[in-house]
Amino acid sequence: MGVGIEVKELNAWYGETHTLRSISLKIPANHATALIGPSGCGKSTFVRCLNRMHETNPIARVTGSVKIGDLDIYHGVSPVVIRRRIGMVFQLPNPFPTMSIFDNVASGLRLNGFRNKKALDEIVERSLRRAALWDEVKDDLRRKSGASLSGGQQQRLCIARTLAVDPEVLLMDEPASALDPISTAKIEDLIFELKSEYTIVIVTHNMQQAARVAENTGFFLNGHLVEFDATTKIFTNPSDKRTEDYITGRFG
Amino acid sequence: MAVLGTAVVIAPLLAIFAYLVYKGASSLNWDFFTQVPKPVGETGGGMENAILGSGVLLSVASAIGIPVGIASGVYLAEFGRGNTLANLVRFTADVLNGIPSIVVGIAVYSLIVVPQLHFSAFSGGVALGIMMIPTVTRTTEEMLRLVPHAVREAALGLGVPNWRSTISITLRTASTGIITGCMLAFARVAGETAPLLFTAFGNDDRSLALNQPIAALPLQIFVYAVSPYNDWHRLAWAGSLVLIVLIVVSVSLVRFVTSRGVLKGAS
Ligand SMILES: Nc1ncnc2c1ncn2[C@@H]1O[C@H](COP(=O)(O)OP(=O)(O)OP(=O)(O)O)[C@@H](O)[C@H]1O
Ligand SMILES: [Mg+2]
Repeated sequence: MGVGIEVKELNAWYGETHTLRSISLKIPANHATALIGPSGCGKSTFVRCLNRMHETNPIARVTGSVKIGDLDIYHGVSPVVIRRRIGMVFQLPNPFPTMSIFDNVASGLRLNGFRNKKALDEIVERSLRRAALWDEVKDDLRRKSGASLSGGQQQRLCIARTLAVDPEVLLMDEPASALDPISTAKIEDLIFELKSEYTIVIVTHNMQQAARVAENTGFFLNGHLVEFDATTKIFTNPSDKRTEDYITGRFG
Repeated sequence: MAVLGTAVVIAPLLAIFAYLVYKGASSLNWDFFTQVPKPVGETGGGMENAILGSGVLLSVASAIGIPVGIASGVYLAEFGRGNTLANLVRFTADVLNGIPSIVVGIAVYSLIVVPQLHFSAFSGGVALGIMMIPTVTRTTEEMLRLVPHAVREAALGLGVPNWRSTISITLRTASTGIITGCMLAFARVAGETAPLLFTAFGNDDRSLALNQPIAALPLQIFVYAVSPYNDWHRLAWAGSLVLIVLIVVSVSLVRFVTSRGVLKGAS
């Protein structure tokens, strides 16, 4: 089951550059939440702060609090544990190139010491089914490498790999921006399906996509969260002039 | 153009190989692989001692050079970006790469052989191992740097600890290139004579003991080639042929095994 996320007064810096400014919002459980905004406004930085991936960058620094469910992710827990509970799908598909399809999906569990072969087989199949990839790859799971799939298949493979570690939240940073329309539609269908079990946060530049998949949408500008509301409200009747300018294409 | 280029590259190799076969093949027989050298004056004898000795020396060398080289390559690429210690390690590796092999031999002689008061297979292996380190270190570093950032992020994003991701994902992704580097280093030291002159020293008997002097193919070839006896000259040619074939076979074998292994199970 998904859990809600509560962000309070989140600030982020890269070195001296203040990238996120006092972000506060509540992301509801088992819903999809879209984040939109012009390039460089801090969307990626924001989602990376939600699973502490920003810590892989030595110059990144954060203040404020992020809670998933009741757990304060910045206090008394290791980022490794957080990232298992809050999975991430990146903009460009990044399967492990030297691993088979099966090994890619199994990697998260295996690398954390999971050794039960039978259970692993089941988890891999279930994850690939959930990522709507099973039928396309079931015949050469162990023969084909993850890198030999098409871009769209690779991205679904990456989603399956993330699902296999059984996270509660799924962060997706422009997961379809490098894909053709058919693959994009598949990913969107998938998000729709996955909502029942996971809390989803998706960064996108495609406003139709936000409108199609997400109940709530947040609009970022220059490191501020300008507006956060129901998607229909944001797209039809935004409260803030800057949101309106952005969605009507006057800038960005 | 491409054909010409290929020909230019392959021609010297084939020429050397053909010449070795021409000069050495006639002296290759069962005795060559199963006999130790006969005293001067008697005909026959073989190089079993040298073949075994090279095997022992190269095992010791690999057991030292490969782990040390890979570990320092990992340190350079993954943990020491831009810090002083890393620059020092990189500089040392480059200098070590440029040191003439005879100097490595003398250094090991004075550090191991002199204190122990005897020549030994161990000291020879150490000398060769030291010579492997820079090649393995630098290829490991280069190959790790070629692993895309996205691959590391993928592993960390799955909640894999940093050290585990380095070993099981980054190193593994770069493994083909790293193995090639190790094989290059191996092939290079397999033919080294100079560092063995006052470490392994040579031995006309079969020996597998690490604390005894030991024979080595290049060493024996050297001694035989500069000797005044025709019989020994022929054995030297045969030894050269065997050395080349052994190098090619071991490199291909490792290639074959690893290329099949890479797609199999994680970790
Ligand atoms: N690794 C980094 N080092 C330094 N500054 C960075 C780094 N990554 C991002 N930034 C800066 O932080 C700001 C926000 O970047 P971020 O990637 O979060 O934007 P974004 O909204 O995701 O943009 P896009 O839509 O182009 O992906 C930008 O000004 C960027 O220059
Ligand atoms: Mg981004």
